[in-house]
Amino acid sequence: MLAAGHACLIVAFAAAIYGIAASLYGAKARRREFVASGRRAVYAMAGATAVAFVLLEVAFVRSDFEYAVVASHSSTTTPLFYRLTAMWSSQEGSLLLWLFSLGLWSSLILFLTRHKLRALAPYATAVLLGFAAFFSGVMLFAESPFTRADRIVAEGAGLNPLLRDPGMMIHPPMLYSGYTLFAVPFAFAIAALITRRLDAEWIRSTRPFTLAAWCALGFGIVLGARWSYHELDWGGYWMWDPVENASLMPWLTATAFLHSVMIQERRGMLRTWNVSLVLGTGVLAILGTFLVRSGVLNSIHAFGASTLGVPFLILLGVMIAGSIYLVASRQEALKSEHRLDSLLSREAIFLLNNFVLVALCFVVFWGTFFPLIAEAFTGRQRNIGPPVYERFIVPLALILVLLAAVGPVIAWRRATAANLKRNLGGPALFGVLVLVVLLASGVSGSVTALIMFTLAGFVVGTVFQEFWRGTRARRAVAKEAVPVALVQLVKRNRRRYGGYLVHVGIIVLFVGVAASSSFKDVRDVALEPGQSANVGGREFTYVKPTSELVAAPNGRLERIVFGADLRVDGVAMHTSKDYFPSQDPTLGPVSRFFEGEATTEVALNASLGKDTWAAVAPDIAKLRPQIEEGDKVFGNAADDLTSDQANEFLAVALQGLTDAYAQDPPPARFRFEVNPLVTWIWIGSLIAVLGGILAGWPARRGMTKIASAKYAARVGKDVRVETETESVPA
Amino acid sequence: MDPSRKRTIRFVVALSAAVLLAGALALTSFSASTEARQPSELVDAAPTPGTKYQLVGKVVAGYKTTGDTTHFRVRDRDGSVSVPVTYAGRLPDPFRADREIVIDVVKQGDVYVGQVGTLITKCPSKFTAEKTST
Repeated sequence: MLAAGHACLIVAFAAAIYGIAASLYGAKARRREFVASGRRAVYAMAGATAVAFVLLEVAFVRSDFEYAVVASHSSTTTPLFYRLTAMWSSQEGSLLLWLFSLGLWSSLILFLTRHKLRALAPYATAVLLGFAAFFSGVMLFAESPFTRADRIVAEGAGLNPLLRDPGMMIHPPMLYSGYTLFAVPFAFAIAALITRRLDAEWIRSTRPFTLAAWCALGFGIVLGARWSYHELDWGGYWMWDPVENASLMPWLTATAFLHSVMIQERRGMLRTWNVSLVLGTGVLAILGTFLVRSGVLNSIHAFGASTLGVPFLILLGVMIAGSIYLVASRQEALKSEHRLDSLLSREAIFLLNNFVLVALCFVVFWGTFFPLIAEAFTGRQRNIGPPVYERFIVPLALILVLLAAVGPVIAWRRATAANLKRNLGGPALFGVLVLVVLLASGVSGSVTALIMFTLAGFVVGTVFQEFWRGTRARRAVAKEAVPVALVQLVKRNRRRYGGYLVHVGIIVLFVGVAASSSFKDVRDVALEPGQSANVGGREFTYVKPTSELVAAPNGRLERIVFGADLRVDGVAMHTSKDYFPSQDPTLGPVSRFFEGEATTEVALNASLGKDTWAAVAPDIAKLRPQIEEGDKVFGNAADDLTSDQANEFLAVALQGLTDAYAQDPPPARFRFEVNPLVTWIWIGSLIAVLGGILAGWPARRGMTKIASAKYAARVGKDVRVETETESVPA
Repeated sequence: MDPSRKRTIRFVVALSAAVLLAGALALTSFSASTEARQPSELVDAAPTPGTKYQLVGKVVAGYKTTGDTTHFRVRDRDGSVSVPVTYAGRLPDPFRADREIVIDVVKQGDVYVGQVGTLITKCPSKFTAEKTST
C-alpha cells in the first residue's frame, strides 16, 4: 500500500503539471477543449490526493508500522479517534491534508464556475494547480508520507499526549480549509489581472468561497483558542504566539476585503486596494503554513525545524513578485470609477475600517517577525511579549468597534448631520446607558474594558435599530406578523442582515475578551488535603488526592494518573496529571513512566458568568526512592521473568506507587483561575460564523428588483429587495 | 477646495498616520524587547548582572527539582556549551531532557535565574529535526 500511496502522489503531481500546461495553452490558443482538459486535471489531482489520504488514514487506523510516519506518530494503544487525527500531527500527513483540502475546494469552484468566467477560468486553474504541484512535489521529493520505516517495530511511538484532545479532529482541518479556500480568490484575482477583466464579476463569483474561507479560518482560530484555554502552559486562549498570529493575519486582511468589496460593487472604487487585499491574503495564508514548518521563529506550537523553509520561501517570493508586477502593470484597468465624495460617508468609514484592519495585521506581522527584523538591524534576535502587542491592538480594536457601529447606518456618498443624528442617536444613547449601568453595578478597574463595553452597547443598538426598522417597514408593506416579517426581511437580504449578525458575534467575542483579560484572577498555591484558597471570590478546597493506573483498549498499561478532587463553592471538580511511559530502552521499567510525556487535565467549570479553572502539579519527589528501588528490582530480575510475568509484577509495583501517593500525599501545587465572561467568546464566535454562513447563503433564483423611488421611501433607500414572481405593492 | 488637492491632503494625512504607527511600533518594540541568546553566546558576551535575556537552548539531562525550584542546565541546540539555570516555578508538562526551551533569565552570580512564567517548552512531536543525543 506504500507503493500505491506513492503512486497517487505521482499522479497528483503529474496531473497538476499537465493541467497547468493544458489550461495555459487552451487560454492562449483559444482551444476550449484544452481548457476543459485542464479543469479535469484538477479533478484528477483531487481524486488521486483523496485516495492517498484514505490510504494513509487506513494505515493509521490499522497501526501499520511499515509506514515510518505511522510508527513515529501513533501506536496500538492510541484510541481510534486519535489514530485518525494522528495523521496531521506529522509534517508529511499535514501536507497531505493541505493538498486534500486544496483539491476539494479547487474542484468545487471550478465545477461551479464551469459555464462562467470563461476568460478567467484557465488562468485560475493554472494557479490552483501551481499550488497543487508545489505541495505534491514537496511530498514526493522531500517529505513523503509514504516512506517505509527503516525497521518495522512492534509498537509505535504514539501520539503526543498534548495532542490527545477532541480539538485535534477539527482544529487543523478547519484551519487548512480556511487557508486553501483563500487560494481560490487569490487564483481568480491573478486571472483577472492577467486578462485585465477587472470588473466585479470575478469577485461576485468567488465571494462565497472568500466568505467560506473567512468562516472556516475564523472558526479554526477560535477552536484553537478554546483548546489552548483548557491546556496548561499554552498561555490561555491567546498569547500572541507566532503560529497563532500566522492564522490571524490572513483573517484580518480577508475581513478588510469583505468590507471594501462592497464599495467596489456599489461605487466602482478601491479596485487596486481590493485586488491587493485578496493577493495579500493568499500570500499570508501561505506564510502561515510556512511559519509552522520552518522553525525560524520560537513558538510553543511550532514543532522544530524542517527542510521545507527554502521551498516555501521560493513559493512566497514568486507569489509576492508576481502579484506586485501584475498590480503595477494593470493600473489603467484598475482605475476607480468614482472618487470619495466626503469623509462623512459610508465609503470613508469602510475605508477607515480597512486601514484599521490592515494596521492590526501590520502590528501582528511586525510582532511576529520582530526577532528576525531585530536580527537584521542589530545582528541579534530580540523578542517582544504580549504587553507590546496589546499596547497597539487594544486601541485599534476600540476604533474598529466604533466604526462597526457607525458604518452600517451612515449614508453613502455624503451624510448629513440630520442623517447621523437620526441613525446614531438612539444607539449611542444605549451605549451610554450600558456604561451607566455598569458603573452603578460597581464594575471598574479597567478603563479600556469599560470603553469596550460602551462601544459594544453602541453596536448592538445600531444592529437592533436596523432589524427593527427593516421589520417595521416590511410589516407596513406586507402586513405580516413581527416574526414572519423578520424572517422574510432576513431571507430577502441575507448579505446585509447576515453581516449584522457577524458584527454582533464579533462584538460579543470582544466583550468576552475584554472582561476575561481585564478582570481575571489567578493564583498559584501549594495546598495539603483539606486546605483552601480564595481566588476571585471563590473558595477552592483541596478535598483529597486521587491516583489510578489506566489501561489502553488492548489491555496494556497506558498511563499513570495523579490527580486531585476539589470543591469550589460547593461544586465538585477534578484535575489530574497523566504520565505516559517513555519509549527510551535505557530507562528503568518503573521510572520510564515518569520520564515520558506528561499532560495536565485541567478542571474547568464554565458558565455564562465566570469560569472556574484549576490545574494540579503533583509532587512526586517523595516517590523517587520507590521508583529507583523498583527499577533496581526489575533490573535484577529481568532474566528470570517471562514477558507476561514482568508486566504483571510491573502493574503490581505501579499500583503500590499510586496507592502510596494517595495515602500519604505531599502538598500539591495548584493554579487556580477565575475568568469572567470567557464563555461569551465562544458564543460570539458561533454567532459570527452563523452570520457569515447566512450572509453567503445563495439566494433563490428569481428576479432582482431595485426598489422604485416610491417604494424606497417606505422601506428605506438602501434596501434592495429580491422579488420572485410577485411584485411587492408600491 | 480643488478635489485633487483634497485627495492629496487626505493621502498625506493617511500616510502620516501610517508612518507614525510604524514608528511608534518600532520604538516600542526595540525598547521593550528581550535579546535572545544561546548559551555559548551568553558565555561569550559576559552578560551584565541584572539584565534580562531570552535564553534559547536544549535541556541537559540530569536536572533536579528541590521543592519549588528546579536546577537544570541549558546547552546550545547544536553544541555542548551549557549554562546553569534555576527556575522557581511550575515546570511545563513537556519539559524534559533534550527538549528545546525558551526562558527569560537574569544572571545572579554564576547562575542564571529564570523569570517565573517565562519558561516555554517546544512541543517535540511533528516536524522534528533529527534527534540528537545528550
